Order: sequence, then structure tokens, then C-alpha cells
Amino acid sequence: MTLILEFGLRLTVWLLLAPLLPGIINKVKAWVAGRRGPPVLQLYYDLAKLWRKGVVLSTLASPGFIVGPAAAWVALFGAAMLMPLGPAGSALAFKGDVLLLVYLLALARFCTAWAAMETGSAFEGMGAAREVSFAVLAEAAVIAAVLSLSVQTGSVSLITMLSPSAGAGAVLLAAGLFTVLLAENCRVPFDDPNTHLELTMIHEVMVLDHSGPPLAAILHGASMKLLLYAVLLVQAVLPMGELSPLGAAGALAAGVLVVTVGIGTVESFLARLAFRRVPLLLTTAFLLCLFALLVAWKGSAA
Amino acid sequence: MSPGILNILIGVAMGLNLIALASSRLPSLIRAMSLQGVVLGMMPLFMGHESLDWRVAAVAVATMVGKGVIIPSLLRRAMRAANIEREIEPFLGYVPSMMVGAGGTIAAVALARALPLLPEHAETLLVPGAIASILTGFILLIGRVKAISQVCGYLILENGIYLFGLLLIHSTPLLVESGILLDVTVGVFVIGIIVDRIQRAFDSLDTRKLTTLRE
Repeated sequence: MTLILEFGLRLTVWLLLAPLLPGIINKVKAWVAGRRGPPVLQLYYDLAKLWRKGVVLSTLASPGFIVGPAAAWVALFGAAMLMPLGPAGSALAFKGDVLLLVYLLALARFCTAWAAMETGSAFEGMGAAREVSFAVLAEAAVIAAVLSLSVQTGSVSLITMLSPSAGAGAVLLAAGLFTVLLAENCRVPFDDPNTHLELTMIHEVMVLDHSGPPLAAILHGASMKLLLYAVLLVQAVLPMGELSPLGAAGALAAGVLVVTVGIGTVESFLARLAFRRVPLLLTTAFLLCLFALLVAWKGSAA
Repeated sequence: MSPGILNILIGVAMGLNLIALASSRLPSLIRAMSLQGVVLGMMPLFMGHESLDWRVAAVAVATMVGKGVIIPSLLRRAMRAANIEREIEPFLGYVPSMMVGAGGTIAAVALARALPLLPEHAETLLVPGAIASILTGFILLIGRVKAISQVCGYLILENGIYLFGLLLIHSTPLLVESGILLDVTVGVFVIGIIVDRIQRAFDSLDTRKLTTLRE
């Protein structure tokens, strides 16, 4: 019984709380700009609306057009189930689950890009090309971050890797992972979630032809991915294992809130980068994670 | 001796190396360079064994003022006089130069263990930091086109040599330290004048044009 209850609680956190994050970000942006802004629950309304609507299908599109978003959502959901939530641990934990997490995130990206190219529109192909070319650098940064955590703790399972603090390299790791979070979730210095100008979009281009429930799946998956990265960042930096269960849960929630407000602040005060500057920033993120790895390695050797 | 603070300062200096390699605008390059000078100037204060030697303090203050205030202001004046804002086309792009710099830093940290250092220096990052700064200076000297960027590369190179010198701070006479600092300041002062001359003679600070002889 407690098992079912616990699983239900976990589902609630990942499925129901995830769309809250974009709402908070938008509220922070509106507050900084002096506007009232959309309600915090706006994404829930959007998802409900999209779910009731029909799908516009191109005659050219294969079933992959529908399967892609669905598979991406399932991959992201699986990744969320692997991610430990502070004292509650993860729904599924085994040795080496961090590798599965990285691959599930890559699979989700592949499926979104695949579905984007289904309609045969050159425009969406361009968005998919942009997304995957930036992902090459972002994934290198994530892998360096994961390696540094793994070297730090001498383990390859997420629960043990994320329970201690990242140690001396925590600042480097936090900065690197935050930059990756912004890139992976298409936030401002890399992509502007608000624009509909063809020259500036990455993620929005890819989902332009989707409608109805598939679009809802993509939007919900994106918000889960945002929550996933925020949880990863907070747990990598804070010493989760040393706090009491209640304290750890509180610290996790507060940390995710701080990260979310941080994203909103960054979006309010930064402009989008020019496209040719994006690789430079992502390389910086990669190097930050690489130096965190160096610090962890030097710390463990000394 | 507090290797913790010292190592953090050297880590900051290494990070500033990479920022210098990645910055395309000259003001930010000069800022990174001068901030590194200030960070290095602070270091002798944390290396004192028991009590703070007044000579060490004098070296620290002189370094901070010289590298943090005087040299950058000379460079900024030269930049204004020459009327250039940014490096347009470096020989070595920003991402590759940053990768090379980071690779050099990591190699320096890894290789420094193999060097036969005194046990009291083995704990600190002084030697890797020095090697990394010297490498960064070389990359900037080789990979940039504009004269002022190359001067910044030279100054970062000098910062690396200064880091090496910190190993011997308690046995180096004050005279030598102040002499080096004076040399660097005068060097930058002279370069500021030369930059102005190059700008007038060639209408550009592109050092590639200096290889062609003109009447």
C-alpha cells in the first residue's frame, strides 16, 4: 500500500508539478518588466485546451509524426523516474542508471527532431539541425558533469552520486550545469521561447507543425525536462545525504524554486546571443564541467 | 601558509586566462588581464609564514596598483587613441583557442605532479597556474592579429612568470620585484606610443601589415 502511495506521490510531483515551472519563470519575467503577466497555471490551461483539440495531419507525414512526440514524452518520463527526489530516492535505481538517464534524454531529443522532419518542411529541418548541433556541445558538458560527480563519489548510480555535495568543484559544476540547463530547455541566451521569428527559433521551429495532443505531449515533456535538469542541478550541488529527510525535501524544493527564479531573472536581463556566439558559451559550460572534473580528480588523488 | 586560499586565487587566475582567450572585445580582454594582475598581486599576502613582512606587503600593493590600475589605463588610452574596439578576425578562433587553453591548463595540472618540486610547493597550484598562464600568453601572442591583443598576451605571459617568481618570494630582493614591475609598466607605456604610431603609419593595427616594407 505504501508502495502504491509513494509511487502516486512521485507521479504527482513529476506530472503535475512540472508545468508549474514555466509559469513561475513567466511570472518572474512579468514582474521584472512591470507587467501582470499570464497566470502561473497558464501551461495547465494550455495543456487542457490542446488535449481536447483535434490533430491537423499533413498528408505527407508518416505515423512517426505522432509516434515521435509520444516516444519523446515516454523517454522523458522514464528519465524522470530514474532521477532521485531527495530523501524519497528514485522509482527505479540500479548500478549505472546515470548512463540510461543520459541516453533517455538523447532519445527524447532524437524523437522530437525526427517528428519535426516528418512534414518535410525545410523550416522544421532547420530547427532540428540547430537543436542537434547545439546538443552535441551540451551533451559533452552533461557527460563531463556526470563524470565529475562519478569521480567524486566513486559510483555510477544516481542515488549515491547525488547524495553528497559536489565538493570543491561545486561552484564550477553549478555554473556549468545551469548553462546547460538554459541551452537544453531553450531558454534565453540560447533560444527565445517567446519569439516566432524564423531566424531566431530553435525549439519552437521544431514543434510548429504539431497540434492538439501531440503538441501537449511535447509541451509537457519540455516542462518535465526543465524540472529534471533543475532537480539534477540542485542535488549535484547540495549535500542531500547529510540532511534530515524533511530538510532534504525542503532544500530540494527551495533549490528548484531558486533555479526557476534564476532562469526568469536571466531571461529578463539577458538578450539572446547571436547564433555564432552560442558554441562559445556552450564550450564555456563544457569547460566549467571539465574543470569540475579536474578538481574532483585532483581532490580524490590528493 | 594557507594553500586553500592560494589555490582558489590561482583557480580564479586560470579561469581569467580562459575568459581572456574567449573575449572578442578588447575592453573585456584588458579587464580580464588586469583582474588577473590584481588576483596575482593579492597572493603574496596569503603566503606569509607567520607575520606579514613589510617588503612582501609592498610588493603586493605595488603589483596590484601597477597591474590593476596603471597598465590597464595605459592600454585603454592607447585603444582610444587607435580607435579600435574589437578583434575582428583572429588567426585562431575563440572556441579553438579556448579549447587549446583549457587543454594546456589540464595538462599543466597533470604534469606538475611529475616535476621535482619542494614539498612545501607540491600542495599548491603555483606551478600549474604559472605554466597555464604562460601558455595562454603564447596563444594570445600567436593567435591574435591586433597589436593591443598581443600586448595583453604578453602581459598574461608576464603574469605567469610572476607566479613562478612567487615560489621564491621570500628570497627575492624587493629591488628585483620592483625592477620587473617598472620594466613592464614602461614597456606598456612605450607600446602605447608605438600603437599610436602604427595606427598613423598603417591606418590599422593589424600586425600582419607590418611585414610589408613601405617608404
